[in-house]
Amino acid sequence: MNILSLFVIVPLLMITALFLCKRINFVRTVMIVGASVLVVLVAVLTIIFFQHSNISNIGMLFLSSTKWYPSLNISYTVGVDGISILMLILSIVIMFTGIFSSWNIENMAREYFIWYCLLLVGVFGFFISIDLFTMVFFYEIALIPMYLLIGLWGSGEKEYSAMKLTLMLMGGSAFLIFGIIGIYYTSGAVTMNILEIAKLYIPIMYQRLFFVATFLGFGILSALFPFHTWSPDGHASAPTAVSMLHAGVLMKLGGYGCFRVAICLLPDAADELSWLFLILTCIGVIYGAFNAVVQTDLKYINAYSSVSHCGLVLFAILMMNKTATIGAFMQMLSHGLMTALFFSLIGSIYTRMHTRDIRKIGGIMKVMPFISVCYVIAGLTSLGLPGLSGFISEMTIFVGSFQHSDLFHRTLTIITCCSIVIAAVYILQMIGKIFYGVLKEKCHIDLIDATWHEKLSAICLITGIVLIGIYPLWPYQMISNGLALLFQNKFD
Amino acid sequence: MNFSNFLYIGQEVRLIILLVILFLYDIFSPKKWGIFFQKIAIIGFAIVTVCNFIPYYAMHGEIFGGIYMTSNLTSFVKNILNVATFLVFLQSNSWLSSKDRILKQSEFYIISLVSLFGMYLMISAGNFMVLYVGIEMASLPLACLIAFDKNKKKSAKAGVKYILISALSSSVMLFGLSFLYGTLESFYFSDIVFNVNKDPLIILGFIFFFSALAFKLSLVPFHLWTADVYEGAPTSITAYLSVVSKGAAVFTLIFVLYKVFGNIEVIWRSILSCLSVVTIIVGNLFAIHQSDIKRFFAFSSISQVGYILLGIIAGTVQGMTATIFYVVVYLFSNLAIFGIISIVEFIENGDTRIKVFNGLYKSNPLLAFVMMVAIFSLGGIPPFAGFFSKFIIFMVAVEQKQYILVFIALLNTVISIYYYLLIVKAMFLEKKEEITFKKYKINIYNWINLTICTVGIFIVGVFSAIYKYIEVLSFGIS
Repeated sequence: MNILSLFVIVPLLMITALFLCKRINFVRTVMIVGASVLVVLVAVLTIIFFQHSNISNIGMLFLSSTKWYPSLNISYTVGVDGISILMLILSIVIMFTGIFSSWNIENMAREYFIWYCLLLVGVFGFFISIDLFTMVFFYEIALIPMYLLIGLWGSGEKEYSAMKLTLMLMGGSAFLIFGIIGIYYTSGAVTMNILEIAKLYIPIMYQRLFFVATFLGFGILSALFPFHTWSPDGHASAPTAVSMLHAGVLMKLGGYGCFRVAICLLPDAADELSWLFLILTCIGVIYGAFNAVVQTDLKYINAYSSVSHCGLVLFAILMMNKTATIGAFMQMLSHGLMTALFFSLIGSIYTRMHTRDIRKIGGIMKVMPFISVCYVIAGLTSLGLPGLSGFISEMTIFVGSFQHSDLFHRTLTIITCCSIVIAAVYILQMIGKIFYGVLKEKCHIDLIDATWHEKLSAICLITGIVLIGIYPLWPYQMISNGLALLFQNKFD
Repeated sequence: MNFSNFLYIGQEVRLIILLVILFLYDIFSPKKWGIFFQKIAIIGFAIVTVCNFIPYYAMHGEIFGGIYMTSNLTSFVKNILNVATFLVFLQSNSWLSSKDRILKQSEFYIISLVSLFGMYLMISAGNFMVLYVGIEMASLPLACLIAFDKNKKKSAKAGVKYILISALSSSVMLFGLSFLYGTLESFYFSDIVFNVNKDPLIILGFIFFFSALAFKLSLVPFHLWTADVYEGAPTSITAYLSVVSKGAAVFTLIFVLYKVFGNIEVIWRSILSCLSVVTIIVGNLFAIHQSDIKRFFAFSSISQVGYILLGIIAGTVQGMTATIFYVVVYLFSNLAIFGIISIVEFIENGDTRIKVFNGLYKSNPLLAFVMMVAIFSLGGIPPFAGFFSKFIIFMVAVEQKQYILVFIALLNTVISIYYYLLIVKAMFLEKKEEITFKKYKINIYNWINLTICTVGIFIVGVFSAIYKYIEVLSFGIS
């Protein structure tokens, strides 16, 4: 029994337990116990990782493979390197805080958490797998619970957004399946293991085709520019914890997948065709930021800023040098924590005021100081204040992408840099409108501040943000371990 | 030829024995024993099905001078059909127990078993004449079954439609066979397999022959009867049509194409590629706008056959395995769905609009859950079996460089997920118009059916044992 498989088995056990329990208190107990087990697991994993590998040490931990369909070389292969562990940490932190954010859910709580756990199975399974088939398998598992979670527990135009989100992501996975089957056959490998396929050469003609397919497939999940439209609607309609998990983790799944499959397995085509996607992501970054300026719904503002920030992740990955890629993963981490914090607080505000319209909210700093301060911290992270994680990641990305000496890359880098300024505009404007000034609605005066579970979830996330902000070396070490393994002699 | 040769046709013999017993019981038993008929039929058939699975003998051989060929693979696919028929029997139980049908119970079982026997002949045929007899034997009783509720207009109409279509397709097939006989001078597969070449007359004969099977498979453009017949037929018969009859036609197509027309692979491959694309697209697009759930699943099953064709197009042993595996998975998913439709229809007095399913989750959570699992399996969503079968089909097709075909099929899975989600949406998100939540009463037979199907959907994909088993058998005959 592999310790990694526990990340899939524990949520499955949670689902089984949830099927059996009826009362809301049991449901909560199951969730807390399961989440704590996962936290312990990931902590153990991190400790083992730091013991095993000094940074130059190249190797996957806990590599294991079980044959599934032997004649087709389909197998269940898991293994982790620094990057996957980092992603696991991120998703478990967000999962943990997400449970507290949806503590008070009343309508069919048991079913809600069953779907939530199924989503977790998909997410964790994706991050531990290093086999093309296993990846797609878990990727698709993560998609379907989204439909019901948004459709049943969402708000606003939930059915429309749920359908839009599911179909667009399914479209992405159609591209993806095409890509990975193609990669497998054209590489002539006798396994779908990524590490093995990376050693083989795929003819450039096929590389081009499958690079576009896989990058689009994963890119859609990461809100690549023309295919980002699911993201604002989906995030705005989803219930709090689902928005957190979706913006915080699932969108990272796209970036992670792009790096693992599209870039690492098809480096020649990536080199050749990166210009196309660079332009798209550059548009996405700027377009998302400008869109966020004019939105009036808090969730839409945040969703568009996610489009912008996730575009930055893809932008950095496509730069294909070490610094930029490290920046990309830093950004995933930072954006994951920050967005989760945003959505969690927006959820708190919405349950109290029943509106997310920034024109109707004003001056709530005096009424709800804790929520407001946390929100301001999240905002400052988003616009890249030094000392918080946003600064580290964006700085690394831009330094990395400016290392390219040609005009094209440098121009694009400068254009994308503008997004920082625009981010400052929409963040400060929003904060100024809703937190400062006089209270707009008199009835808001007796609203209560955050309850203990909301405080807990916010504090966890802020700790993470500050930890990365003031001591960025530990994620840096973990990321460069993963890059050493995969970049080996292909870049730099 | 000696007695031991009869062991090759053990399955057929057992089926005939059961048929004779049921027949005699129906005629000679006192009238008050009639209530036991259903139980005897179901238990008897269960025993036959289980006996067939016991591998007592290597059943590879031919009998009656080569007109009838059996192998481990053919006996396995017959077992698949047996299981499907058994599940159909289970789910038809409550429908048959109603007052106006109780007298006709025996007809239902006997006729459907005769039809099953015809399918055995189709699969094992070693000669075109036997194949033809098998096809007729399978489809004429089906017409009776479709018109089973003969006082309902729709059912009678569907029966007439089906028999006319099958008569037409048989005549086309005979026409094609006459071409083949004229050029190849034999009906025996073993004689003509080496002589098949690209002579235009042979190709024409093949196309006529193939279009008859295409009618059975309801490939586009031979699909026009499907929706009406599926809608008109009693739900259990629709299940039988969509799984057993279709499965038998798929198996027959595989065996004939691989065994007889292997020489003109290039030709049937291109024909099938075109048909597959058209079938998937038309099936999907027409399914979106259906408001009747039986018509809806008629079109969905049309598009599913399109995916099945992808495996046949690959033309490899792996492709054959993938195709048979796909049919197994399709069997469990589709029968679960039709089992639920028949329950809902029975209680809602024959109403089969999709609207009836609104709010099913609130009133009957378990049924909604099973329905959802089955639908996701059809749509190809992990961890259900449908994902594995689809993925494998795509793999074997890509292995043969069918990139464009696979790409189109993959995009179509997105469309199919859209309309499958419409049903899920109806069950989970929509509210029922009346506030009365009926908790449906479900009898034990239906529960057994649904349990077997659900377990099948969960197990068949995640545990690869069945795939490996089919694979061993397929490599056996190549």
